[in-house]
Amino acid sequence: MIKRPFFGFGKPKLDYAGVEGLEQGEVIDIPLPGSAVLFVEAPHPTVSDISFQVGDEIKTGQNLKVSPFSKSTFTSTVTGAITDISKKTGYLGKTFLSVAIDVSETDQWDDAFSLAVQTPELEKAGPYLNGLPGISNLDTLIHPETPLETIVVNGMDKDLLVTTQQMVVKSRGDDLKEGIEYLKKITGNPKVVLVVPPDLSAEAAKSGAQVQTITPSYPNSLPEMIMKDVLNQVVPAGADCSSLGVGFINAEGVVALKSAVTEGKPPVAKMVTVIGKNENTQVIRVRIGTPIKAVLSSLQIPLEQGDRLVIGGPMTGRSIYTEDMPVLQDTDAIMVQDKDQLALNANDPCVNCGECIRACPVRIPVNMLVRLLENSHYEEAAKEYDLLSCIECGLCSYVCEAKIPVFHYIMLGKYELSLMEEAEESVNG
Amino acid sequence: MDNRKLFVSSHAPYWHNGSSIAIKSYNIMLAAVPAVLMGIYQYGMPALGVVTFSISCAMIWELIMNFVMRRPVSIGDGNAAVIGLMLAMLLPAATPWWVVLIGTFLAVVIGKQIFGGIGCNPLNPALVAIAMIFLSWKGIMDFDEALLNYELGFPMTYPLATLKHFGVEAISDVGIGSLLMGSQTGGIGSTFGLGLILGGIYLILRGLIRWEIAISFLVGVFITALLFNVANPDVYAGPVFHLMTGYTLIGAFFLATEDSSSPVNFIPMLLYGALAGFLTVLIRNIGAMVDGVVFAILMMNLANPLLDKIRPGALGKEMENA
Repeated sequence: MIKRPFFGFGKPKLDYAGVEGLEQGEVIDIPLPGSAVLFVEAPHPTVSDISFQVGDEIKTGQNLKVSPFSKSTFTSTVTGAITDISKKTGYLGKTFLSVAIDVSETDQWDDAFSLAVQTPELEKAGPYLNGLPGISNLDTLIHPETPLETIVVNGMDKDLLVTTQQMVVKSRGDDLKEGIEYLKKITGNPKVVLVVPPDLSAEAAKSGAQVQTITPSYPNSLPEMIMKDVLNQVVPAGADCSSLGVGFINAEGVVALKSAVTEGKPPVAKMVTVIGKNENTQVIRVRIGTPIKAVLSSLQIPLEQGDRLVIGGPMTGRSIYTEDMPVLQDTDAIMVQDKDQLALNANDPCVNCGECIRACPVRIPVNMLVRLLENSHYEEAAKEYDLLSCIECGLCSYVCEAKIPVFHYIMLGKYELSLMEEAEESVNG
Repeated sequence: MDNRKLFVSSHAPYWHNGSSIAIKSYNIMLAAVPAVLMGIYQYGMPALGVVTFSISCAMIWELIMNFVMRRPVSIGDGNAAVIGLMLAMLLPAATPWWVVLIGTFLAVVIGKQIFGGIGCNPLNPALVAIAMIFLSWKGIMDFDEALLNYELGFPMTYPLATLKHFGVEAISDVGIGSLLMGSQTGGIGSTFGLGLILGGIYLILRGLIRWEIAISFLVGVFITALLFNVANPDVYAGPVFHLMTGYTLIGAFFLATEDSSSPVNFIPMLLYGALAGFLTVLIRNIGAMVDGVVFAILMMNLANPLLDKIRPGALGKEMENA
């Protein structure tokens, strides 16, 4: 945990971890687990609607539709028999269908995939590509609401200590080039900008895309900051980057596209940075769907009751209460914290020390905002105190002297606002 | 039975920079130690008595209020102790015990707790108490009267009072060096200029007070005093004299910078400090009171919520605020 320096006034200085000195060979392969869990984001269908059932045999690369009436599909990353189907609710009320699979040791590949990705019609390939490691929103790139002018390939990791995307840029610069070409082809030839930290600019140059370096200090790699610093565009509060014709994709997603198209098989493994209890990090390659329990035991990282397990990095990750959660296609990091090292929130009110004001990269009046959010004045918070400008970096909570869970309040406020909007829309028809 | 291991879950971030209200409070007290020690060295046991009694009373009032208001016990955060210390630093060494007792009540209960406790006080609690004592018992805060029985080897007259009543002539022999070294009468912890400056620099470098406020307050005092001085050097003292006397230095580094009652945005901080400095000299030079720091800062505390509305638009909302 990076503490405040003894002498220091002004903004906190948090630098991203780099991959200098890390070699490709240091990526540790995690063996195929005995059982896997696949998560698919879908509105919860009634159980009778689900188009597969316990006992069904599925193949690696097989694309499954959740229900005949749903658009949600997922690509299996393992071969085996379905042992359990259950519904889960995740962060901000997102609903998932969790499919547990008893994994057989040898993969049987589904042929439909290679046929689909080689067909020129994207309608058929789209569902297959959407589940690739590093890709969660390919649909918004292929069918953008605003015509796509620029695609930013993010070669920087979202969070501190995480080196997953940088490792991809470092080790697979050539694949990145072919991936970007394919990406251009399927998205209507927009401008492609590859964003990397300065020490990776040589590797990134191999990609043939326009390379932009950013200072590797937090939170410069968040999309809104890249928009501001690299593309000189300001995302309006409450809107997302796609409304300005800019799409984002991770470097790993681009490489996965390339592998999928040239090999005719979906890449089923994902690079993940594992952050241990002493903040020692290692990059692993793991089959999507592998339970975190299997990952940690394979790396011999002990995890006790009362410790903290986080999917993602220290600033923006999500803590989970069970190690049965699997590695998902967008899991870039797994972090473990010992119970003695937890940074816990306190019960004090805001003392108006102004640290959050200094830390906030988008100049939100956090001291006022948190007072409104604590009292559930969400609409006023959005209107007067810039709630929707928040880019979700977590620095306000990190510096808070009173240890208020500011970031939590902000996300709650945004979520409550979205519920209010939904309710309003349903009333107005 | 489900025997899965369970983990501590909370929202991101999972790191914290390690700062806390208690660390800040104890460091403010540490930074005040040189000035307080000088006061105790000069005035002896009575000064020590006022300081310790004031800190303990402030903490006891806080504790009583915690129980009365059924709130969690909050004396551990050190804020009440800081208020007690600040109050003692402003009081003369000869302050009677009952004034300290009432003063800490005014500071902690009237100044802070009835507004909702730490973070909710609109005014600096110690200054609220000093202002009330000043308005209620005139002799207590008149340093010439209160410290009548001391003979410490330097003029036992309050420099600002001398200036007010006898003009610039009377202070012409007051050296800057002796003011810096604490050779002047005044509050227990507010006369040792060098100690206060060192404490203030320590707090600024550690990021525990907002440097913008401290610096702009001093600049405000300096420029206003300079303008008066240039306009009529026979009537108005020079800027350095104003910086080194009265509550100016303790005001800049310890009072104006109190978190809850001061702004947090950049331009408001500069305005707040500079205007407080301006008002200070205005009160001293043409107002009715000897020192203006107390009421100048209290006035600006009141203006704080309004001043803090001057702020940059957030990213993505600039157009609406322009």
